[in-house]
Amino acid sequence: MTRIVTVTSGKGGVGKTTTSASFSTGLAMRGFKTAVIDFDVGLRNLDLIMGCERRVVYDLINVVNGEATLNQALIKDKHCDNLFVLPASQTRDKDALSEEGVEKVLKDLTHMGFDYIICDSPAGIEHGAVMALTFADEAIVVTNPEVSSVRDSDRILGILQAKSRRALEGREPVKEHLLITRYNPNRVEAGEMLSYKDIQEILRVEILGVIPESEEVLQASNQGAPVIHQKETDAAEAYQDVIARFLGEEKPLRFVDYVKPGLLKRLFGGK
Amino acid sequence: MSLLSMLFGNKPKTAAVAKERLQLIIAHERDGASAVNFLPQLQRELIEVISKYVKVNPDDIRVSLEKQDRYEVLEVKIELPEKG
Repeated sequence: MTRIVTVTSGKGGVGKTTTSASFSTGLAMRGFKTAVIDFDVGLRNLDLIMGCERRVVYDLINVVNGEATLNQALIKDKHCDNLFVLPASQTRDKDALSEEGVEKVLKDLTHMGFDYIICDSPAGIEHGAVMALTFADEAIVVTNPEVSSVRDSDRILGILQAKSRRALEGREPVKEHLLITRYNPNRVEAGEMLSYKDIQEILRVEILGVIPESEEVLQASNQGAPVIHQKETDAAEAYQDVIARFLGEEKPLRFVDYVKPGLLKRLFGGK
Repeated sequence: MSLLSMLFGNKPKTAAVAKERLQLIIAHERDGASAVNFLPQLQRELIEVISKYVKVNPDDIRVSLEKQDRYEVLEVKIELPEKG
């Protein structure tokens, strides 16, 4: 059975593409045949984060329009054998995505035997974002511990509950997961940042994981390799935990506790 | 927080302020969304039911939701046609 998982957020810049890249990579590393689709038509970036930007020939819109086959457009990941990237078009606009077209691409991927299809949503609540979530079985709502991000997450949850196929057809609702990124436990301890418990209480969605604010994320994107590959870093470990929980394993949250600063820092302050 | 800033008194914790603001605005926005969703449907069904018993003009049935401080008022106004 193919599962379609949409990574969404409402707000931009919170880590959707970073998450889509590491989440799809993590599933592929566990042996699942996985496709990750960039729905951000006109502003594609998943190819850069996955490090396959120079191998893009055809894109999602070409496939929707019948100008290329899926086999021609899917780019095999350089690190994982069973991971494939379907880039967005850079030259078209979002209206080029028709609901029928997207449905056909997802059906064809299903017939090709993919276990998971990850849809990397664009920011906003417009057509492109709605297309990315329409066919979702599950959704990962990426949220930063910051007021505008939390509010936008609530909006996108409302849209999932109103506009997804599962909602419109009265089937079992889209399974919602909350992923908190750019988390800084020390600032939470100092009362300067919303805690993951606060965010969960406000949004009332089960937590899939907490990714700590980390320098490795930028380093990974600089190099075009998903951060989950940066062995033994907190961010990579946190994404591995996310995969484990998604697959039903019990994993307590890590990287959420206050790390006591040294004496000098305590005397003179500082980050 | 440094020792120095602790000596000179605590500022209010901004995270707590953020949480309170979010809870208020999100509750408000969720209510707004659900009200918009059910009002037109409610109005249509009311027209159907009432039309079984009395002849009414669909325009004479008005449904509105008003928010006051701590409660909401669902107002249904039905104007019956004059006899004759």
